[in-house]
Amino acid sequence: MTTIEKTADDAVREGAGDDGTPLLEVRDLHVEFHTRDGVAKAVNGVNYSVRAGETLAVLGESGSGKSVTAQAIMGILDMPPGRIPQGQILFRGEDMLTMSGEERRKIRGRKIAMIFQDALSALNPVLSVGYQLGEMFRVHQGLSKKEAKAKAIELMDRVRIPAARERVSDYPHQFSGGMRQRIMIAMAMALEPDLIIADEPTTALDVTVQAQVMDLLAELQREYHMGLILITHDLGVVADVADKIAVMYAGRIVETAPVHELYKRPAHPYTRGLLDSIPRLDRKGQELYAIKGLPPNLLKIPTGCAFNPRCPKAEDICRRDVPALVPVTEQDGTELPGRGSACHFWKETLHG
Amino acid sequence: MGRYVARRLLQMIPVFIGTTLIIFLMVHVLPGDPIRAMWGDKAADPAQVASLRHEFGLDQPLWKQYIDYMVDLFKGDFGKTFGGRPVSEEMGMAFPVTLRLAAVALTIEIIVGIGLGAWAGLKAGRAVDTGVLIFTLIVISMPVFVLGYLARFIFADELGWLPPNVQDSMDLQQLLLPGFVLAMLSMAYVARLTRTTFAENLRADYMRTALAKGLPRRRIVGVHLLRNSLIPVVTFLGTDVGALVGGAVVTEGIFNVQGVGNLLFKALGQREGSTIVGVVTIFVLVILVINLLVDLLYAVLDPRIRYA
Amino acid sequence: MPDMTKSQSGGTAVDTAADAGPLQAAADAVLAPGDVSQGKPRSLWGDAWYELRHRPLFWVSAVLLVLLLAIAAFPGLFTGANPRDGDLTNHFLTKPELTHFFRADWFGYDGQGRSIYARVIYGTRASIMVGVGVTAVVTLVGGLLGMVAGYFGGWIDSIISRIVDIFFGLPFLLGSMVVLNAFTERKVYVVIAALAFLGWTTIARVMRSSVITAKQADYVTAARALGAGTGRILFRHVLPNALAPTIVVATIALGAYISAEATLSFLGLGLADPTISWGIDISDAKDAIRDNPHVMLFPAGMLSLTVFAFITLGDAVRDALDPKLR
Repeated sequence: MTTIEKTADDAVREGAGDDGTPLLEVRDLHVEFHTRDGVAKAVNGVNYSVRAGETLAVLGESGSGKSVTAQAIMGILDMPPGRIPQGQILFRGEDMLTMSGEERRKIRGRKIAMIFQDALSALNPVLSVGYQLGEMFRVHQGLSKKEAKAKAIELMDRVRIPAARERVSDYPHQFSGGMRQRIMIAMAMALEPDLIIADEPTTALDVTVQAQVMDLLAELQREYHMGLILITHDLGVVADVADKIAVMYAGRIVETAPVHELYKRPAHPYTRGLLDSIPRLDRKGQELYAIKGLPPNLLKIPTGCAFNPRCPKAEDICRRDVPALVPVTEQDGTELPGRGSACHFWKETLHG
Repeated sequence: MGRYVARRLLQMIPVFIGTTLIIFLMVHVLPGDPIRAMWGDKAADPAQVASLRHEFGLDQPLWKQYIDYMVDLFKGDFGKTFGGRPVSEEMGMAFPVTLRLAAVALTIEIIVGIGLGAWAGLKAGRAVDTGVLIFTLIVISMPVFVLGYLARFIFADELGWLPPNVQDSMDLQQLLLPGFVLAMLSMAYVARLTRTTFAENLRADYMRTALAKGLPRRRIVGVHLLRNSLIPVVTFLGTDVGALVGGAVVTEGIFNVQGVGNLLFKALGQREGSTIVGVVTIFVLVILVINLLVDLLYAVLDPRIRYA
Repeated sequence: MPDMTKSQSGGTAVDTAADAGPLQAAADAVLAPGDVSQGKPRSLWGDAWYELRHRPLFWVSAVLLVLLLAIAAFPGLFTGANPRDGDLTNHFLTKPELTHFFRADWFGYDGQGRSIYARVIYGTRASIMVGVGVTAVVTLVGGLLGMVAGYFGGWIDSIISRIVDIFFGLPFLLGSMVVLNAFTERKVYVVIAALAFLGWTTIARVMRSSVITAKQADYVTAARALGAGTGRILFRHVLPNALAPTIVVATIALGAYISAEATLSFLGLGLADPTISWGIDISDAKDAIRDNPHVMLFPAGMLSLTVFAFITLGDAVRDALDPKLR
């Protein structure tokens, strides 16, 4: 997949309809949690969009708001304590946040589906996988129990689970981790949705199985021409399948870029830090780089740039002003399509 | 599964023997002479006492009495009461009454308990939840006889809604009040347990999956949440039979139900060993069998449990 | 490819927070890193105390308990009336004077012309003694047997577990009726012994399973690897970590024992005159209930209040100790 051509016309922050409406567009999304200790600001103005057939990778450590954003899109946030004080989530141009509960329910599973990280806990332990897969057809398409079971077997074949017919009545704990994740994928694919959100789909798996599951996901995505939002903290997974990347930190997107550009030339010190902390064969024997400090406390996010306490390049302005996500350019002013950075010193980071 | 059941049944034998032995010893080692007590304050004829004692086997050494009792038991003979009637006959009349009372209580326990608990669990942390919590605490704090007299006083004596005494145990309406009283304590525990499992499972990952699948709320709660939450409740209902039995003695006394509880209470007053041991033995058997059934049911409800 | 969070944090607190992620509610997961990094480390007991302090029901039960213990210890401080003095001619079934606080006629008089208020006050001691006594014996015996069974396993466990099974097969209330029926003179210690005889299995089971869990923990393996002896492992490492469930069960059971004593006394199988017990008074009142509900109401209310205090305390402690319920 060549990614740069496909994303070439993406602006940093897409408006609807520059050339056809994107499948999903998140605009200035804020999510906060009201807890005993105060208000945790988990998402603070996120913008991103996905088109049909496109893969957006959302990268960040735990607490960066990447999963919360996904849950907000799915409409499965726990509210309360969660709250969405502002923002829009447009699905095919319609704001899902203003829809009725019933309208949203009909989108969930049918139009937008989600794959969760830990399939063992995400699948109901006391219902057979066949029942859980078939449930999609029974609820959304009104199929009978028998028809739904046949469809479930078909789906299991589809995600290449051996002996699907015999195993359809088995329970989740009877499958291996990789097989369980395939069942999760099958469940998400069941109604051939337009968009799939995969929340760390391979994190809980063995390295050898990770690649198989990722390949399967990518293959099915191509086949159905679906949009895919891939949430991960694994830079390796991203490089292979994503078209573009959004890096999140403390509830904001700090950098967006087509995937290979980001690896080549990060425009944000945080992204640089992440890339430098990957062990590399050619640096064997040297000390591994680590970003100093800890992720921010979402109850009191640092003023200015949230990354400033951990940033090697922080200056006064970083402690004072929140940097906006701005388009970045080449040194000569040539546009870099699809690229943006929320750093006061993006020029130095990118070119320095 | 068959082997598991067989092993469990085998394990029951020593438990059964041990339990009946304890009861047997408790009844027979006690100071005082029940035969002599039949005469009350009047002087007893020693010859008559001796012959009665012989008739009931009370002149034998204790171990022999126990073995004789157990041997007879396996032949289905529970011995005779002091009045000369077979204990099995007395129990045969009393047990169905208690069984009906227990059935009424269990039904109330399950419906009201699970209903209240589910309601509170779904609204965890809100006013309903607190209300149910306090209600259950109050119910648990009231010993069954306090609750019994209170209920009788209010619903039968003052309001006259329900009859204060049970004359006919086939009449469901008459069993309603004692059934409710008997059910209250366990009902409170069922409600609390259901509330806890509901609230806990509500946060489970598979609930989020069910939501993400676009299932209607009724299905999410009624299928995904309920199936998982009922597992510990079923287990509790099984272990709770013993408490139900103890409560039955008190409840039957208050509402004049002619069941096993009353039979046992009378036997305790007269120190009539054969009836006491007989009734408790049956109860122990019932409890053991129900515990086994619950364990088996547990495996049906939770596929992760496998017995071998 | 290494786990990103781990490589950054240098692998301490954040790891655990991130690892627990999938099982936690969104809010927890979001809060975890910051919480760990900036809050001071919280221990189980410290956390529990924090939780307890913020529960109104805990304070209600705590205040009630202090009051009840004071009444049980020094009943004379709360009433000047003698609970055994009956005056049939003047006081037969006199109705309560609800404004005569702390006076003999506050709760009225019973069928023998005795001050119900005084009887309620003096009845506290027996209930508390039975409750505390049974709990102490049961915790000691059951706790010890459970600990031994759980820690040593093998044939010791088999034997203890079978004995537990046998006693567990006996219904608690029914069994204690039979046991107490064997005694003609039923003093407080007899009732304590009878209830403890049938009640110790619950604690033994709880203790056994929590010791088994605790002994499999990594820190116990570590302590053993460092050469700690059995006694040290048992009392320094296993016991403190297995104690929480036992404390909770024991506190709640204390309320149940008080309730059981009253029930037995009510049936005429528990405490007997001249011991003053709420159960006996309630039993005496049952024939008068239609016209004089107050004779039953006050001892029954006091009894329920006492059971309520203990059960609510146990409940609050359990909720505080069990992070899953938060």
